[in-house]
Amino acid sequence: MEGSRTDFVVRLAGESGEGVLSLGEMLTTALARLGYEVYTFRTYPAEIKGGTVLYQVRVADHVLLSYGSHVDVFVALNEEGYHDNISSLRPGGTLIYDSDNVPTHELPDHCVIPIPIGTIAKRDIGSVLTKNVVALGAILRYLGAPVEAGEHIAEQTFKRKGEEVVQKNFQALHAGYNYVAQYVDCLKPWLGGVERVNPDRLIINGNEALALGAIQGGLMFYAGYPITPATDIMEALAPILPRFGGVVMQAEDEIAALGMVLGASYAGKRAMTATSGPGFSLMVEQINLAAQAEIPAVIVDVQRGGASTGLPTKSSQGDLNLALYGVHNEAPRVVMAPTSVEDTFYLIQHALNIAERYQLPVIFLSDQSLAHRRCTIPKPDLGRVPRWERLLPDENSRNGEYARYAITETGISPMALPGMRGFAYTATGIEHNEYSDPTYTPENLQAMKGKRFRKLQHLNEHFGEQFVRIWGDPDGADVGIIGWGSTEGVIREAMQMAQREGVRAAALYPKILMPLPVRIIEEFASKVKRVLVPEANFTGEFAAYLRSQTGIQPISYARDTGLPLDPEEVKAEILRVARM
Amino acid sequence: MAEVQTISVETQVIQRQPKDYKSDLEPIWCPGCGDYGVLNALFKAMSQLNLDPDQTVLVSGIGCSSRLPGFVVTYGFHGVHGRVLPVATGIKLANPELTVIGVGGDGDGYSIGMGHFPHAARRNIDITYIVMNNQIYGLTKGQTSPTSTLGFQTKTTPFGSVEGQINPLQLAIVSGATFVARGYSGMPNQLAKIFVEAIQHPGFALVDVYSPCVTFNKVQTYDFFKGRVYEIPETHDPTDKFAALRLAEEEDPFPIGILYRVQHPTLDEQVALLKQKAYTPNPSVEQLLKRYQ
Ligand SMILES: Cc1ncc(C[n+]2csc(CCOP(=O)(O)OP(=O)(O)O)c2C)c(N)n1
Ligand code: SF4
Repeated sequence: MEGSRTDFVVRLAGESGEGVLSLGEMLTTALARLGYEVYTFRTYPAEIKGGTVLYQVRVADHVLLSYGSHVDVFVALNEEGYHDNISSLRPGGTLIYDSDNVPTHELPDHCVIPIPIGTIAKRDIGSVLTKNVVALGAILRYLGAPVEAGEHIAEQTFKRKGEEVVQKNFQALHAGYNYVAQYVDCLKPWLGGVERVNPDRLIINGNEALALGAIQGGLMFYAGYPITPATDIMEALAPILPRFGGVVMQAEDEIAALGMVLGASYAGKRAMTATSGPGFSLMVEQINLAAQAEIPAVIVDVQRGGASTGLPTKSSQGDLNLALYGVHNEAPRVVMAPTSVEDTFYLIQHALNIAERYQLPVIFLSDQSLAHRRCTIPKPDLGRVPRWERLLPDENSRNGEYARYAITETGISPMALPGMRGFAYTATGIEHNEYSDPTYTPENLQAMKGKRFRKLQHLNEHFGEQFVRIWGDPDGADVGIIGWGSTEGVIREAMQMAQREGVRAAALYPKILMPLPVRIIEEFASKVKRVLVPEANFTGEFAAYLRSQTGIQPISYARDTGLPLDPEEVKAEILRVARM
Repeated sequence: MAEVQTISVETQVIQRQPKDYKSDLEPIWCPGCGDYGVLNALFKAMSQLNLDPDQTVLVSGIGCSSRLPGFVVTYGFHGVHGRVLPVATGIKLANPELTVIGVGGDGDGYSIGMGHFPHAARRNIDITYIVMNNQIYGLTKGQTSPTSTLGFQTKTTPFGSVEGQINPLQLAIVSGATFVARGYSGMPNQLAKIFVEAIQHPGFALVDVYSPCVTFNKVQTYDFFKGRVYEIPETHDPTDKFAALRLAEEEDPFPIGILYRVQHPTLDEQVALLKQKAYTPNPSVEQLLKRYQ
């Protein structure tokens, strides 16, 4: 970015299982604690060992919107990683490589730094396990960071393993640090310094923000089944939710997970499950049960790449259709998508609120790139999202038979909890009348479907537009982007880049995708010259949805590579559309 | 004064009769269906335990038998096919004060829902699970079930079933269930007694009930069971796992009664202990966020 002293990208590539991810996380945290903004991306093979892991961190002295398009400093820790990524290194960039693993390379246009990382770890420190900390020291020195930044994070990381391990890693850190200080002459002050370190920022990723946001939103019951990239939500909740009196259960499969969630919610607890595509598919039948029996539930789908087992560790926005339409017959559901790590913390609270208030399933579409994106965010405002409670019947004023599914204007009927005196009823997925007795008449079916779908209408009319975020000024904009979910930052950055090339773009992000806030979307579209819908999937699911729900005929830019969209490519698309 | 009065009203014990548990909905079962016997025995057991309908939840799946919760005045959860046990587990964990009873058919519990059965058993969640085992699919009008006998002819097995049977009693025992019984809807008094014991049992209690489908199962009929069932004698030691497994192996005559009963910590107790272990005074998200600074 122009005018800023610090804005660069470091990419690490190395053998899976050799601590590349933890090197990346340590480096990121160390730099963030120095006061820089960070924004990461990682991708790795599905296997624990073998294959190349890639970790990228962008570092700047201003707020970051994407992980960047060019690599400034490339750290190659294995040969495969070197070959796969060297072409991404920008001209004049720096290559640091482990000369024990990667053959010598002469790159005339680059600063090239070979470091015998394995040898240092083994010979000088006496443990190959410290390789990634040797690398950490070397990178920190190369970037111009103080060694204390590394000590701090190394201590925090290894404290649990005892003092001896901490000391070994300190040695490793200093060894790497000193090696660069001693032997490298193409040093460059990458870190321009920051005015003031804001102590109130967090360094957090999407899944962590989701888990903490859910607790802030009153979550009391979680059941789930391990699946990449959603598992860390359960792992984050397991040690802390019980402190708040809540329960975390590892179910035998995703069907059981949602079954437990529905049981707990029926009994009065705020309940949630999280999964990824394959598990989400298994839940479809009971999502309908939640809609039909009117039981609140939040179902998080951290989308991953590819169909079937696909690309478990990659990212995609491919589950939108399943979230919107994955249902037999018709039943109401709310679909929401957080747009950033910070947004995830708040939006998951809204998701729990909406589920409780409207007594229906809320599907929350995150994705791998967002889930594992570690970045700096302002410390969340814990009072921002007020709690919405479930509507319960008044225990003191029951007259006549309790109508669990009373037909109301809003569609919301008071929901009794087991234990409440005099309100016993049977929650059921069978079509029923107001008293929850099975009823098969045509009139009843019409009335009940109307009641249940009115909840979506109410939500949309009263709150829909509050969940829409508009970036830039749509009035007369050359290109109006309508996007969803995790692409927001990339799109904003692409818009800024296009602006510098004389093309004016604006963007609209609805965070509630179903019910779709049609009025405001159409208004936005009417103000811009052309509408572009970029998304990280193959068939343009959101563009097709917009065509079906609105009068807009957007240009679809759908690209499914397992990687998040890249600001450069989106910028190019914005320019192309503007000049069409 | 007023306070004392309220307390005395609340503690006044109302003795509920079996009929007090009957809801206004009339069962939709075929005349003579075994499930009537199960329902009546359940009314009797509930009356004997004087269960509070507002503190009791009946959870079911889909099938003729799964319609049962609607016929009882307690709270109920009539979900989807095969998911009784996860839902019941969620309810019990959410509110351990409740008496939770799962009900359903053999197809519901042992076929589509089988993936949950051993897990509910090993978790020893404190619920009662009543399976109305008619060895056929009733609601879908007569197809083979995992408890159908080898060679059993149904509409989907016109040449006779080519698959062996599941033994739910043995499966429950080896999976960790702490109470395993077999009932027969033709022996309603004894069935009510089993229900009383099962509901009182702390832990996962399976009661598999032979409950004839008079419409579609022309083999395992009331006539068939006549002379083929006997009450488990008092000499049987229900804490003896191997004796229980042997008893569960017997057929023709079929032993009826409590095969296995032991006590182990229940899931809800374990979860309560876990919460104690995790206890931190005044937990707050504010505090948790510090780790990310
Ligand atoms: C997912 C799903 N698959 C199939 C069905 C159709 N179905 C309803 S009940 C049933 C089996 C009924 O047999 P059982 O559980 O033994 O109960 P019974 O009717 O004999 O009491 C089937 C296959 C369904 N409702 N849902
Ligand atoms: S079909 Fe069979 S199981 Fe169903 S109600 Fe009739 S007799 Fe009972």
